[in-house]
Amino acid sequence: MKKTYKIEVDCVSCADKMEVASNKTDGIKNAVVNFMTQKMTVEFEDNADVETVMKNVLKACKKVESDCEIYL
Amino acid sequence: MNKKQKKVLIRIIISSLLIALLMLAPLNGSIKLVLFLIPYLIIGYDILIKAVKGVLNAKLLDENFLMAVATIGAFLLGEYTEGAFVMLFYQIGELFQSYAVGKSRKNISSLMDIRPDWANIEDENKNLIKVSPDEVETGSIIIVKPGEKIPIDGIIQEGLSSLNTSALTGESAIRDVTIGDNVLSGCINISGVLKIKTTKNFDESTASKILDLVENASSKKSRSENFISKFARIYTPCVCILALMLAIFVPVFNLIFTPNPPVWDIWFLRALTFLVISCPCALVISVPLSFFAGIGGASSCGILIKGSNYIETLSKVKYVVFDKTGTMTEGSFNVSKICSIKANKDALIEYAALAESYSDHPISKGIQKAYGKDIDKKRVSNVNEISGKGITCVIDNNIFVAVGNDKLMQELNINFETISELGSVVYIAVNNEYMGYILISDVLKPDSKEAVKNLKDIGIKKTVMLTGDLEKYGNHVAKLLDIDIFYTNLLPQDKVKKIEDLLENIKSHEKLAFVGDGINDAPSLSRADVGIAMGALGSDAAIEAADVVLMNDNPKMIAKAIKISKKCMRIVYQNIYFAIGIKTICLILGALGIADMNLAIFADVGVMVIAVLNAIRTLYVKKL
Repeated sequence: MKKTYKIEVDCVSCADKMEVASNKTDGIKNAVVNFMTQKMTVEFEDNADVETVMKNVLKACKKVESDCEIYL
Repeated sequence: MNKKQKKVLIRIIISSLLIALLMLAPLNGSIKLVLFLIPYLIIGYDILIKAVKGVLNAKLLDENFLMAVATIGAFLLGEYTEGAFVMLFYQIGELFQSYAVGKSRKNISSLMDIRPDWANIEDENKNLIKVSPDEVETGSIIIVKPGEKIPIDGIIQEGLSSLNTSALTGESAIRDVTIGDNVLSGCINISGVLKIKTTKNFDESTASKILDLVENASSKKSRSENFISKFARIYTPCVCILALMLAIFVPVFNLIFTPNPPVWDIWFLRALTFLVISCPCALVISVPLSFFAGIGGASSCGILIKGSNYIETLSKVKYVVFDKTGTMTEGSFNVSKICSIKANKDALIEYAALAESYSDHPISKGIQKAYGKDIDKKRVSNVNEISGKGITCVIDNNIFVAVGNDKLMQELNINFETISELGSVVYIAVNNEYMGYILISDVLKPDSKEAVKNLKDIGIKKTVMLTGDLEKYGNHVAKLLDIDIFYTNLLPQDKVKKIEDLLENIKSHEKLAFVGDGINDAPSLSRADVGIAMGALGSDAAIEAADVVLMNDNPKMIAKAIKISKKCMRIVYQNIYFAIGIKTICLILGALGIADMNLAIFADVGVMVIAVLNAIRTLYVKKL
């Protein structure tokens, strides 16, 4: 399953950090963070619970870049 | 400027005033340190916090960490002014970057934003209310006033107006519409009020689909973008190791192997300068920004590029393969010549149109279209359609008209001359006397010849045409358009085979583009290095199948798309070379002690400003 989220992030390298962190989160097959459109496209593993996974993604992203925001 | 940026700006102003004051004051020792720490902390506290957090998360060596180490190091060496200055400049650079990038991001997005913000519907009391287009269900009636965008695809129920399709096609074209016409979202209603019954929901409508496509385009990263992110990920650690070597190994080397003193503090300062220069911001920001601007600029010309990777491929295209029908030709049958022997031309086409008035054959339609006036079917009687030959009928009760091919003429024993011109010849006999013929052919688009020439001008090595037509006609068209190679008598699967053959014979750095109308050549579109669909407005299948979508059906747009991609790649490489080049020079100067920390930060911010401004140039592609 694929979902797109609106995000807020200040710089490209921060977006890159978010991307790396998201991809390491369990339940994520592939995540792409697009700085230019301020959007994040997430592909989930087949049996993943989207809500919990996204909460973890947000936590992971906040850890690497405290200024970022994902609008769940 | 947003709130965050304003806050940073205020901090910049306060701390620069404080630094200026402190520099004028004659201060010494620990008082100087404490006083300089005030503006330093005002401007740099967030960086310091982030740096600490990074260390706690085992994320060493990001740019916050670099700045923190460099400035704290400067303070430790007693270079208070320098430490505060560097942090100040760094923040100014960051502010500029976030402002400029944010601004251009918005500009580009708004350029692409053809998505309507609202739809008008009538409530129970017939009052117009504005609602979000998401909420409008399929089959509802929406009202579009003059000057408004059509929010959702639908059919006109009431009203008559002209639409401007420029938002979709990039070319300002006015289309008259009336009751029963299908209209696409994203078009601007120019003159009259329209009542439209929606046939799709908002997400499925043309405008939303196109916008999604363009917005998601920059998620497909190009090789250069991937190179940059990988580069940035290994570059910072490398620079840090080099800095460490400068700070430790050089003095130790001096100490052990040379009679010179180790000069720890000088090498430490140089190492810090090294760290300041090392921020890869300019590269990291300008490359994706260039691609984004390229995609945005192209979409404003009606060229949708589905990913940065396709910009890269498109710029390397050396072979362009066309499908003939619908790409270089109109794809519909038109009267290309009327030759009358006895009657005048108008009479000839009138007879033909009347005779063909009951037929739905594409050729009949072409003739009816060429006649252009309303056909009074009552004038026609005794219609006899002879399959594979033509039509005979009686017009105005006393004129016997035969319209058809040579076989029909032979069957009726009419004395005529066989015409061997390209296309379908329709002979016309009135009262068994041969009157002349009409030539029907799939006409070339007016811009086709120039389109091929443009491709040659921008360095395309070979143009190739594939067609299902007969050799004779294919040859004719290829000659007319100056196409290098052509293959005729091809079925759709043969076209894929031809493309594979061509792909095998070209060098790996040269790319092949296939251009089709997207209707039955989806396999070819996906097999080529880059598939370009033409005239795709309203055709979802073509938009799905292709990598690059030309919204209008002008073949000149092929060359334009390639030119845009070349310009974009040129700017990307300029930025890469420029940024890496300047950084390397500064790193060397810093290591040699020629560039000090202030110069280093100037170089860093300056390179970034220039790279960002250069990247924005990609947006201006209208005149290419």
